[in-house]
Amino acid sequence: MATLAADFRLALRSFELSLALDVERTVALVGPSGAGKSSVLRVIAGLARPEAGRVDLGGEVWVDVERRVFLSPEERRVGLVFQEYALFPHLSVRQNVAYGGKGRADELLERFGISHLAATRPGELSGGERQRVALARALAREPGVLLLDEPLAALDAHTKAAVRVELEEFLRGLDLPTLIVTHDYEDAVALADTVGVLVEGNLRQLGSPAELVARPADPFVASFTGANLLRGHAERLEDGLTSVRLESGEVVYSTDPARGRVGVVVYPWDVVVGRAQVEDGSALNLLGGEIASVTQIGNRVRVRVGPLTAEVTAASAEKLELVRGGTAFVSFKATGTRLVPLS
Amino acid sequence: MRRALLAWLSFGAATVALAFLALPVVAIFTRVPPGRLVRLLSSGVVTDALVVSAKTTLVAEALILLFGTPLAYLLATRRFPGRVVLVTLVELPLVLPPAVAGIGLLAAFGRSGLLGSTLDAFGLEVTFTQTAVVLAIALVASPLFVRTAIAAFEAVDPDLVAASRTLGAGPSRTFFRVALPLAGGGLVAGAALAFARALGEFGATIMFAGSLRGVTQTLPLAIYQEFSVDFDSALAMGALLVVVSVALLLSLKLILSWQPSRRTSVSLFARSS
Repeated sequence: MATLAADFRLALRSFELSLALDVERTVALVGPSGAGKSSVLRVIAGLARPEAGRVDLGGEVWVDVERRVFLSPEERRVGLVFQEYALFPHLSVRQNVAYGGKGRADELLERFGISHLAATRPGELSGGERQRVALARALAREPGVLLLDEPLAALDAHTKAAVRVELEEFLRGLDLPTLIVTHDYEDAVALADTVGVLVEGNLRQLGSPAELVARPADPFVASFTGANLLRGHAERLEDGLTSVRLESGEVVYSTDPARGRVGVVVYPWDVVVGRAQVEDGSALNLLGGEIASVTQIGNRVRVRVGPLTAEVTAASAEKLELVRGGTAFVSFKATGTRLVPLS
Repeated sequence: MRRALLAWLSFGAATVALAFLALPVVAIFTRVPPGRLVRLLSSGVVTDALVVSAKTTLVAEALILLFGTPLAYLLATRRFPGRVVLVTLVELPLVLPPAVAGIGLLAAFGRSGLLGSTLDAFGLEVTFTQTAVVLAIALVASPLFVRTAIAAFEAVDPDLVAASRTLGAGPSRTFFRVALPLAGGGLVAGAALAFARALGEFGATIMFAGSLRGVTQTLPLAIYQEFSVDFDSALAMGALLVVVSVALLLSLKLILSWQPSRRTSVSLFARSS
């Protein structure tokens, strides 16, 4: 798999977008709206012209401002999926997919399970179907890199969860460097192995989701990357609770109903840290482990214990003598434990 | 009480306005019986004028579409300093008195005009020819098409154009396969408006092309010439133009109602639904 290397500067309305990024597998850029995320994709796709820098895919130069190289979009092997999908309303689903490349249209319709919609116009499709058509169309071009602009933002909350599972599955089986931009940290974590936080045109931090939560580079990243995400298998219990067997083998509980593969979302400020196992607390979920890191952010301290990051006050951290390498127990309530479906 | 009075007043005003708009059209059709109207249309003056009108209007329309479409596309999709000035220039003939358009054309293409000596050198004579009719019509009718076409191209989602490019289509393929079909409804509407305006052109034509029967005398010019000689014949031509205008207007509304999902913003006419 080739690597997409982008390193460029582009002046936006109120700030400058300046980015150096290598996309090997799946990278998600996450940040508030207006952070310049979409502009990154536009530069890579050839829809915006940077003032300085380079973009290349495995040595194939797409942009080199110094050497006056700027390939137009149609000359780049790029698949861009737009936020609102940008399906051609006057063409059928099949014609939309064939627009990028005639040869593979039928194969792609089949692969995405939309063969039965081939003659339908985009206006009659559901949000999830539109996304599948947009993905199929982008792949018909046989791109060397896939770009997704807010792939889940156009969907209502109800469809979003299901489409996210679908998209995650699709991306895992895809053998292409993929760059996703999203304003939703949870989506980024669910879809990508590497997450970059982009604020006002600057990449504040790039790392695995666990790294970002455990050792945020600055307070913004800390507040933005709020949640812990654990993976496990959920089962409904008789008493209305849901038990989740985590990948580590431990079991936690949630009041959210769910079944099958789920992501367990816990916010660091909902996690209580102690040096001894709490016997009589009301928190149902109890995990223990080695303290992997202790990071001070302002008057708060982020502590990573086993698979979880907790946030405590600086005073508590001092009192509990939380240091790297020590052991600690973390507890959190079933009522504060969110379950999100995964594939 | 005051509300009831206001309602009656506005109802009264609406009635007067509608009656005023309908009366001339009704009068054209009531004065002469329909059978005689049709017979009058076969007179020499009328058929000559009809042929001149049909020829010049169709040629002018073709020129407007051929040159106006790329112009509208560029003005709709490019942002550059001075764009507002160019758009105003395009719209100017819309508000320009036709007599001014006529004198302007004479000053430009007339024998002693700006391009007169150049045209002379090529042995070309424009004034008082059918070419002059075409030029006068095209000048006056073009803004109706170009303005509507700009609006139609602007209504095409830029993401769709960008999507086409990232899918491997160059600018011209993108224009023909995405922009043109999506702006189609608006373009057709603009073309119909320009056609109606071209068919009715009077002032600029009579000044720049004159009113020579069989050469430059279009239907409106023939009506003007006939009304003092043979009023019924002028009425017949009037009736013909009313029928054509109504047909144009109805087909325009039909086209717009066929494309309810597309945002073709033709603000000049309300939809008929």
